[in-house]
Amino acid sequence: MTQNKSTAGISIKNLGLSFGTTEVLKGVNLEIEPGEFFSFLGPSGSGKSTLLRAISGFGPDPTGSIKIGGEEVTGLPAWQRNVGMVFQSYALWPHMTIRKNVAFGLEERKVSSTEIDGRVDDALDLVGLKHLADRTPGQLSGGQQQRIALARTIVVEPRVLLLDEPLSNLDANLRVQMRRDILALQRELGLTTIFVTHDQEEANTISDRMAVLDKGIIQQIGTPVELYDQPQNRFVASFLGTANIIEGSITEGHFVAEKDFKIPVKTDLTGNIYLVIRPQSVTISETEVTENNRSYSLKGNIEYSEFLGETVRYSVLSNGHSILADESHLRGNKIVANGQDVWVEIEKDQILLLDR
Amino acid sequence: MTVKASSGFLSRSNFGPKALAILIALFLIMFLAVPVAKVFIVAFQDPSTGSFTLINFVDFFKTSLFRESFWNSFYVSSVSVVVASIIALPLAYFTSRFNFGGTVIIQTLGIVPLIMPPFVGAVAMQLLFGSNGSVNLLLDEHLGFTIPFMEGLNGVIFVQSIHYFPFILINLSAALANIDRSMEESALSLGSNGMRLFRRIVFPLSMPGYVAGASIVFIKVFDDLGTPLLLNVNNMLAPQAYLRISSVGISDPMGYVISVILVIFSLFAMWVAFLALRGKDYATTQKGGGGLMKRDMKPAEKFIAYAIVLFILAVVLSPHLALGLLSFGTIWSYSVLPDAYTLEHYAEVFSSAGDFIKNTLLYAGMAATIDVVIGTAIAYIVWRTKIKGRKILDYLAMSALAVPGVVLGIGYLRTFYQFDVPFKDIPLANYWLIIVIALAIRRLPYAMRACVAALQQVSVSLEEASESLGARKMTTVKRIVIPLMTGGILAGFVTSFATAAVELSATIMLVSSEADAPIAYGIYVFMQSAAGRGPGAALGILAVVIVALGTYVSNRIIQKANQKNAMSPDQH
Ligand SMILES: Nc1ncnc2c1ncn2[C@@H]1O[C@H](COP(=O)(O)OP(=O)(O)O)[C@@H](O)[C@H]1O
Ligand SMILES: [Mg+2]
Repeated sequence: MTQNKSTAGISIKNLGLSFGTTEVLKGVNLEIEPGEFFSFLGPSGSGKSTLLRAISGFGPDPTGSIKIGGEEVTGLPAWQRNVGMVFQSYALWPHMTIRKNVAFGLEERKVSSTEIDGRVDDALDLVGLKHLADRTPGQLSGGQQQRIALARTIVVEPRVLLLDEPLSNLDANLRVQMRRDILALQRELGLTTIFVTHDQEEANTISDRMAVLDKGIIQQIGTPVELYDQPQNRFVASFLGTANIIEGSITEGHFVAEKDFKIPVKTDLTGNIYLVIRPQSVTISETEVTENNRSYSLKGNIEYSEFLGETVRYSVLSNGHSILADESHLRGNKIVANGQDVWVEIEKDQILLLDR
Repeated sequence: MTVKASSGFLSRSNFGPKALAILIALFLIMFLAVPVAKVFIVAFQDPSTGSFTLINFVDFFKTSLFRESFWNSFYVSSVSVVVASIIALPLAYFTSRFNFGGTVIIQTLGIVPLIMPPFVGAVAMQLLFGSNGSVNLLLDEHLGFTIPFMEGLNGVIFVQSIHYFPFILINLSAALANIDRSMEESALSLGSNGMRLFRRIVFPLSMPGYVAGASIVFIKVFDDLGTPLLLNVNNMLAPQAYLRISSVGISDPMGYVISVILVIFSLFAMWVAFLALRGKDYATTQKGGGGLMKRDMKPAEKFIAYAIVLFILAVVLSPHLALGLLSFGTIWSYSVLPDAYTLEHYAEVFSSAGDFIKNTLLYAGMAATIDVVIGTAIAYIVWRTKIKGRKILDYLAMSALAVPGVVLGIGYLRTFYQFDVPFKDIPLANYWLIIVIALAIRRLPYAMRACVAALQQVSVSLEEASESLGARKMTTVKRIVIPLMTGGILAGFVTSFATAAVELSATIMLVSSEADAPIAYGIYVFMQSAAGRGPGAALGILAVVIVALGTYVSNRIIQKANQKNAMSPDQH
């Protein structure tokens, strides 16, 4: 199979969508470049599938605009969009052989039967399952069904490829393998792809860029590193990775929270603020540490600890606030006991302040 | 948990279930396997010498009446399937593919015909649709033509299709409802739509369900005795078998040959259904899937859909209407409606037909009790014990499905006319208890399915919890399993009861005196004479009320049981 010449960008402007009176998508704006691997990440019920289905032409009619390769597609029925969709359940037709399943879209496009044979073989080759062509879907494992569903979609050379939680029905090992395979395939074909997932590790490892959704609203768009390092709001900060988030306000150059929690900060922000700090930027020490030019220091007391393997996660109670600190673990390190007094160091340049 | 040593045939933990299994097996062999085997043996036996022969089958196909009966039965069953499909298809399609307000009507349609056995309404249908019936009188008067709805075989086809189409409706609707929307959506996004999408995806996926329903209709019509008998259509297989045995006698081999043919066709139809369903678990709905793909109807579509549904509803309700009119009417002949209305028929029924009612309640009650006891026992033995050969019980009980009532009746007559009832000087074949047993055997597969379903709702872990707290097997079954199965068992009882109450085909062969006869037989006797039609219809209405109440009660019980089970976290 050759580089897909017809691959297209996607441009969504001010998209809204309701089921009856419940608004499920609100003011969605999105630009996806041709050939980009893009993810929708968000908790269950956040509207990822609904948005993906709106792009492929399913579900209630949305308001706003969806353009694929510059062409307005709202109002166009699904079968005229030439958008490839892979369903979470794979949706292979149980009454057809694998070959028939893959040939279906080409047959609908009235491609000649000799060409169909060749292209089906190529597609099955591409996913490495040509030898299963004459089986029926029921005789295949989940991972194999997944590959066939992919082959069935890309064989028609769609303008964009849409994948709705394609890995969620696979077991953990296969999931990692499959996501690498999907990425390799996408790069080979240069096919604009949207990948829906609720799993941040999946989204982080596979995407060029991604959009985080919550309650039908796009919270932030960016590369995985941008979203992790520069979350724009509390939701993104807490949804990607683990974060200490403390509610407080800025008073006279200090971040002040309940119960005398106070650290000096340099910021232009004023008023109500979230202070965000990742656990790996917090260290604990059993001997006293004073504030230096690298970090602030607070006195505290170990509440509990969790041994996670690579790290030990401590929860330290300091001035009425629980702060998580990750310490990397080496063989033989001993774990600090609960109730032990410790000093917590917070790295100054790792502190992030967000408007509330 | 303790691991029980399962040694020796009579090990203590297994003795009870094993003894029970053997008792049930004996019962089924004696009252199902032996009589049916007897029928087969006689069919292949030379009547005078007793040696093996095919001569009876040769004679059968040499007789033109039998050849005609054979083709008529085949023809009537096939056309009934076609007509039933024509009724069921649009209904199934409307409910499963559209947001259609008439869905409730359609669901009702799926039950209403089944609460009246077809033979009950058959005579009344002649008064509505016969050549001098209401519809044709009106047609003739206003449009100048008539339609032979009820002429000969047409009548049987008409009555049977109206009665049995729900089997296709239910199975087809279930098949359509099992197609996940992603099946259709993936085809849509690959460029397919409209009729092509229907033909390539929806139709093949719903095919197994359709074939399953159609094969049930085929068997039921092929085996049915009551409807052709009441419509006086005797040139079909089941009536011929009955007439040969009742007029020529139980030594005439033709009744047995016909029985063998009936069983073979039943098996054949079941085999077709099995092939259609084998390896085709097309149920594609799943978690994360989107359920059904339904769309709204346009106003014009809605109008047409309602017109079709209401028309079918009218046709389906016509036997009930006709029966009601007949039961309240004085004289009804050559007129659109009865001349006048009266309660006399009901008065007559209550004064003279008390025995029929009493017998019906007794027989159906006893049969249903036997069914749920055996059904529960088999369910437990097959699904919860490891007794060797336990599956045989299941197969044995289920095989009753392939035995038409006529065949069972003939088998009983032949097998038990030499057995005298202890302490009484009559053969078992003529004793009323044999009717009870026949009813129990006929209804057992359905009751057993209900019990199995109920048992499967009871998680094994609940039993294990009881045993780990020190309760023995018997105690666990008594205190945990049976109480949790109650809803399902009751539902099985009520369905068995309601359908046994109106079973005619086996009963009619086994009733030896009118004093022993149940309602179904009474209706048949009344309907034989013109004067008896009114009371017959009144008795029919009574039967319908019994079945309707039974169906309602069993539905309520199932609903309640489901609600209760919904609260327990662990279900399968
Ligand atoms: N067919 C539907 N009818 C009504 N509400 C729906 C329907 N499908 C989805 N929703 C609602 O839309 C919201 C978003 O759903 P979905 O897009 O499936 O979320 P996600 O894929 O992110 O888990 C949810 O609150 C869900 O309840
Ligand atoms: Mg989803």
